[in-house]
Amino acid sequence: MTASLTLIVVMAVLYACGVYLMLERSMTRVLVGFLLVGNATNLLIIMMAGQPGVSPFYDGTTTADEMSDPLPQALVLTAIVITFAVSAFLLALIYRSWRLSQEGEDDLEDDVDDIALRAGDKGVVAELVDSTQVESEFAVPDEDAGSRP
Amino acid sequence: MTPTSLVPLVVILPLLGAASALILSRRPGAQRLATIAALVAVLVVGCILLYTVQTSGPLAMEVGGWAAPFGIVLVVDLLSALMVVVSAVVLLAVLLFSVGQGLADGDHETPVSIFYPTYLILTAGVLNAFIAGDLFNLYVGFEILLVASYVLITLGGTEQRIRAGTTYIVVSLVSSMIFLVSIALIYGALGTVNIADISRRMSEIPADVQVLLHVMLLIAFGIKAAVFPLSFWLPDSYPTAPAPVTAVFAGLLTKVGVYSIIRAETVIFPGPELNVPLMVVALLTMVVGVLGAVAQADIKRLLSFTLVSHIGYMILGVSLGTADGTSAATYYIVHHIIVQTTLFLAAGLIERVGGTTSINKLGGLLAASPILAAMFLIPALNLGGIPPFSGFLGKLALFQATAEQQSPLGYVLIGAGALVSLLTLYALVRVWSLAFWRSADEVDGYESELLRNVTEAPNATAVQQRRRMPRLMLAATGGMVLVGIALTVFAGPLFALSDIVGENLESPAIYVDLVFPSGGADD
Repeated sequence: MTASLTLIVVMAVLYACGVYLMLERSMTRVLVGFLLVGNATNLLIIMMAGQPGVSPFYDGTTTADEMSDPLPQALVLTAIVITFAVSAFLLALIYRSWRLSQEGEDDLEDDVDDIALRAGDKGVVAELVDSTQVESEFAVPDEDAGSRP
Repeated sequence: MTPTSLVPLVVILPLLGAASALILSRRPGAQRLATIAALVAVLVVGCILLYTVQTSGPLAMEVGGWAAPFGIVLVVDLLSALMVVVSAVVLLAVLLFSVGQGLADGDHETPVSIFYPTYLILTAGVLNAFIAGDLFNLYVGFEILLVASYVLITLGGTEQRIRAGTTYIVVSLVSSMIFLVSIALIYGALGTVNIADISRRMSEIPADVQVLLHVMLLIAFGIKAAVFPLSFWLPDSYPTAPAPVTAVFAGLLTKVGVYSIIRAETVIFPGPELNVPLMVVALLTMVVGVLGAVAQADIKRLLSFTLVSHIGYMILGVSLGTADGTSAATYYIVHHIIVQTTLFLAAGLIERVGGTTSINKLGGLLAASPILAAMFLIPALNLGGIPPFSGFLGKLALFQATAEQQSPLGYVLIGAGALVSLLTLYALVRVWSLAFWRSADEVDGYESELLRNVTEAPNATAVQQRRRMPRLMLAATGGMVLVGIALTVFAGPLFALSDIVGENLESPAIYVDLVFPSGGADD
């Protein structure tokens, strides 16, 4: 059995990085790790092609450089499609859990200044406009500041 | 038309059903009918296959007409046919249960237009795994059922389900990857992925490589079957899903893993190298699982832990490596699929009647619904192994097969098995006496030895509004209870069947001859 050393090194690096990323807490890193491990496995299947054992289509007369073992290629194609589908689902899952975590922060608590604004306290308006001009590069129109929901 | 051409229908029918259910997603009535029709058709085909296999021997279907080592084979022997029929019964009952739930609740909780097609795809995956004659096809079957189960376990996308689903999905991804790597290594070592061909060539490779491949396959299947050190994910992820989804996952998905372990132990690696480690694993699975169950207050979590614990009995049967052991394991798998699903369906009904599944808050259910009480008590006693029921018969057969070996470890396992069934009974009878027997006005400030050391489920939800039980849900659960009783009534023929399964499995040559009738094309 002859296997290309480059492929083996690439596979080992992919496995190492993939496993490292899959052990992280963040789901996005887990997804990237899963993709790396998946591709490392695909490389492994490709490397398993050829003479060792007796591959189904090998009749013993063809030399190794004249032939290509079709079965691992078919297996890898299937594995790629499955990895693709699963990562699409994972992306949707990550997006959903991101949305859920955002929803928690979207629930604004009662803001004392806000209530005062609605009641028509002009002093608070002036104070707020001042502070936004200091902290933000965006221009805040004076009239709109009071009418924001 | 020969019976062989019926074999692929087991996978094609649910997939066609899924497609039509997706097309009909705007017409809920037609969608429900299409889904039920597809599953009824699968059940009929399964019964015909079982009858054919029993009368005229196992079937091997070469897909596309390509002969065995080159093409894909679908193999239906007695074990596969039995599993297909039992799965179809369970899937149909759970489907009727969820149809009843959907009709009653107006489908507010979950997007049901997605539920039915996904459910049928899950069916296709499970059945494909049961009839696969090819390791890679088995992998594809696993992936189909896993992707469908990812969608089902996160159905509705609430925060709790996303969190539980994430654990489940990441663990499943790892197990699939290990499975794929072991397929690659098997192909590298043997030059084939056909199970029968692997079985023929396995003796040609060095023993240490065999052990490596064997262990990798067992780890991949062990995660799916929730065998002890690899079972941590199950009690955290199953209970949060909707009741019918949990029921079908508990009944079938782990059993697909156990089925694969049986195939691996009998056809691919028939030798006894790993039997003792497997027995130890079976022991730990039984004991650790049931100890978890005893500490739970939430009925669904409790049932998930007993599920893990009873996987141990099946692994014990497989690990013996004798025809009697495999036969007892087969009967036990059939029993456990039916009973565990019934219990989870009953837990779904308890949640409707009582508004919660925590035994700290439930009470007076016997007065509220005597029929539900009966539908919980019968499968509970069955799982605990009370004599007339199939749980007792299955355990007895397992213990007999273990005792035949006369090894010290075997006797330890028999003792542990008896203890575990007592503890299962304790956990379930406690649910009975608190949730059903205790009256509703006793619940507040109730003090008892029974409630000591019991923990609530993490992020347990508040008591919900009590809802009535639709007739269809009751009928589906009641039907499953009757099927469970039928396992006792027809225990004789079923044991005769599982004895043949055991004998066939312990001589792998039968499986190989089935796939290569003329002794193989390439030799």
